[in-house]
Amino acid sequence: MSEQMICRDVTLGYEGIAVAEGLSFTVSEGDYLCILGENGSGKSTLIKALLGLKDVMSGEIKWVNGASSREIGYLPQQTPVQRDFPASVREIVQSGCLAKCGLRPFYNKAEKARCDKMLDRLGITELADRCYRELSGGQQQRVLLARALCATEKMLLLDEPVTGLDPKAQLELYERIAKLNAKGITVIMVSHDVHMSVRYATHILHIGSHKQLFFGTKEEYAESRLGQSFILSEGGENVG
Amino acid sequence: MGELMNTLQFYFSHSFVQRAFIVGMLIALCSSLLGVTLVLKRFSFIGDGLSHVAFGAMSAATVASTVLKAASHGDNDLPMWLAKLLDETNDMIVILPITLAAAIMLLKTGQNTKIKGDAAVAMISVGSLAVGYMLVNMFSSSANISGDVCGTLFGSQSILTLTNTEVVICIAMTVLVIGVFVLFYNKLFAVTFDESFAKATGVKADGYNLLIAVITALIIVLAMNLVGSLLISALIVFPALSAMRLFKSFLSVIICSAVISVICAGVGMILSILFSTPVGSTIVTADIVVFFIFRIISAILKRE
Repeated sequence: MSEQMICRDVTLGYEGIAVAEGLSFTVSEGDYLCILGENGSGKSTLIKALLGLKDVMSGEIKWVNGASSREIGYLPQQTPVQRDFPASVREIVQSGCLAKCGLRPFYNKAEKARCDKMLDRLGITELADRCYRELSGGQQQRVLLARALCATEKMLLLDEPVTGLDPKAQLELYERIAKLNAKGITVIMVSHDVHMSVRYATHILHIGSHKQLFFGTKEEYAESRLGQSFILSEGGENVG
Repeated sequence: MGELMNTLQFYFSHSFVQRAFIVGMLIALCSSLLGVTLVLKRFSFIGDGLSHVAFGAMSAATVASTVLKAASHGDNDLPMWLAKLLDETNDMIVILPITLAAAIMLLKTGQNTKIKGDAAVAMISVGSLAVGYMLVNMFSSSANISGDVCGTLFGSQSILTLTNTEVVICIAMTVLVIGVFVLFYNKLFAVTFDESFAKATGVKADGYNLLIAVITALIIVLAMNLVGSLLISALIVFPALSAMRLFKSFLSVIICSAVISVICAGVGMILSILFSTPVGSTIVTADIVVFFIFRIISAILKRE
């Protein structure tokens, strides 16, 4: 499998103060990488850096084999604005194609067709004309997933996607993401949940306060002392 | 009824009423288009703050013009020329840049957290109100200061004294606002709904925020003529909130908001002519009535 992104000894921070140092990991095509870490460990900064919205302080993030920070389907955390937003599902999913428009003001046929395809892929075709704010949390996340897939089918970057969902919807979302991953889409997920991460991911990146604690396959993680202590002590609860 | 129609016909035969009507409708249209984005982005406070800044700027312009006229006694050409320029542009040349600067400043402070956005707005808006009122009191040549101030705050008769140039400016601005809206509709939607996603896909979200702030400032300066600076936010906020009650897609909310706003402006102006009520507050009252009607309809629809 070919590598898509190589992160080499990266230091991230704000205004000259490092929040995370020595981040080194690689992501290859078809990987499912879970990024674990406490609040304040620099996870959200890392996301911004991966998306190309923030420069690294030192080290480098290298995109190879046709991947790029513009080719990431991003699923951000929900904001309060969105919860009562009057927009139809179709309008939201279509907005994933925006990058393809460039300066053209409207979507063309190909982009509309792509939107329909993604709606179908996530089983929300019948919700297309419904209002976003009337959907359940799980349905809303599926809409945002469809939007992310409109942007790209190479790589998904998910920022704590299951937050605020009930356990059943959480499981359903995990299964759906696993299915997408099985079809060859690279998944990077920031998560709190060690158990689910170990269950679905292929690789784990664990960031402690200020530095990287672990990067490797989940099997290695489960055998490492760090992984074991987390898996046992947290007992399925949230780490953060 | 026939009598009312006759009165209306009588008024509409005057060109100044026609001009007021055209400008009123256009301003209502622009502010409602923008209103949806502002309300959804939680930016309505910027509209409110800016309207107060515009009041302060207007006072400053009035004072400047008085002072310049006083200074030009004698043979100094420059102050006279400046004073004339102020008069001719209806003080726009001062109000617009100040309001624009304030818009950009508010947007920037809203984003950085050193002074919280709402505190910054409170500071700037109340500050400019106070300074504006003080300036007018200290320097104004007019005998009826409170009347002048009241007119600026709640809408004066300036809507009835519009010149053709002002109507043309207003039409040009409307075309500009609608043009920007149509061309950037999808981008504005993306930036409004989810800024982080928009940024991640390469949309220059900060640029669009700036665009929104600039257009807001433009509309507020225009709308001061119609409803006065205190009531502008109503024009921006009410149609959008009403439309959001009933409609479920972004496009339908925007269209509905525009329709509500234009109808309310029209009805408000007609009523204010018929019953000689103040134009601004009549229009806003019409907007409020529609808001409650929409609320009731949405409550009934939910129950079923």
